[in-house]
Amino acid sequence: MTLAEHGEPLPGRQVALVDLLDRLLSGGVVVTGDIVLSIADIDLVRISLRALIVSVGAENRPAAGGPGVRP
Amino acid sequence: MTTADDALTYVYAAAPLTEALRDALNGLRGIHGSPVLCVTAPPANGTGTGAPSPPLAFATSHVPEREFNERALKNHFEDLEWLEEVARAHHDVVQALSTRTTVLPLRMATVYQDDDRAAQALAEQHHAFADRLAQLSAHTEFGVKIYLAPTAAPAGTEPATDASLTPGKAYLQRRRAQHDAQEAVYGQAQRAAEVVGAIASRYATQHVRHPAQSGALTGPAENVLNDAYLVPDAYAEPFRAAIEEAVSQFDGIRVEVTGPWAPYSFAMPPAESRHAADEGEERG
Repeated sequence: MTLAEHGEPLPGRQVALVDLLDRLLSGGVVVTGDIVLSIADIDLVRISLRALIVSVGAENRPAAGGPGVRP
Repeated sequence: MTTADDALTYVYAAAPLTEALRDALNGLRGIHGSPVLCVTAPPANGTGTGAPSPPLAFATSHVPEREFNERALKNHFEDLEWLEEVARAHHDVVQALSTRTTVLPLRMATVYQDDDRAAQALAEQHHAFADRLAQLSAHTEFGVKIYLAPTAAPAGTEPATDASLTPGKAYLQRRRAQHDAQEAVYGQAQRAAEVVGAIASRYATQHVRHPAQSGALTGPAENVLNDAYLVPDAYAEPFRAAIEEAVSQFDGIRVEVTGPWAPYSFAMPPAESRHAADEGEERG
């Protein structure tokens, strides 16, 4: 499979934490129901780690790039 | 297997219960180096809904109750060091499984009281998980991010100015030049995003737009696009190559392709995913 040639993560090459948290904190299946004890509350993370991650800035301008850039 | 009183059952992912899965689990270590185990369950009273689902399993670990109960989790989620350790352990397990089998990652920190409760949850979600796993089979997630290069319009850059200008006019001219440079870079980013989108539409089956990244964990470059694509394995390399080739023509921006990822961004069906652009999700 061609994937292995190029894409296979190399040992020792660490995935960027910001990319990881992007996926782990907003991706993955959320199982609902009475028997699940807990799923970490993402809203909480949004608030307390806002300064670090802010992958949750929502409605961030897409690549269009708004004018609001101050030098 | 049961869970000790002072332990909880942490679920990393769901996967078809196959020999490949058992091989992948063998010797695998997860959070705090704990062994990765397997919780299985038959489908909950298969209420006559068509074809039988394949047997599924949860990949799990036993984790300390005092650390993973709901209150403790809320505190730990404020602690970046803890968060990173658990996130990397979670990811390493998911990644290890994904090289051997189709895998459906669960949201980080999904915890059950014990294995029995986890098995019950698996049984209840069995059909939904089986459907989703079938859709994700032989697909991989890739990320595409576009950054404005930090050197695009540094504040200190002094464009050539006419020495005869007054200081005020010279200042305005510099500001104007900076502004124009910035606009040009955004224009490049916009066009690059369009090119990426066009290429992706040829290879990817689904697309999710994540919010752009900012904050202390990111580098100095401004991230303006943060997309995820679900790509059939056979197209993975052509997809990456096509994007890398197409974006090399753009100045002032940097395009980063990340992956292959387990399908974190596509674990929920598009209808339930807030950001899904559901390009051509087809049942069949």
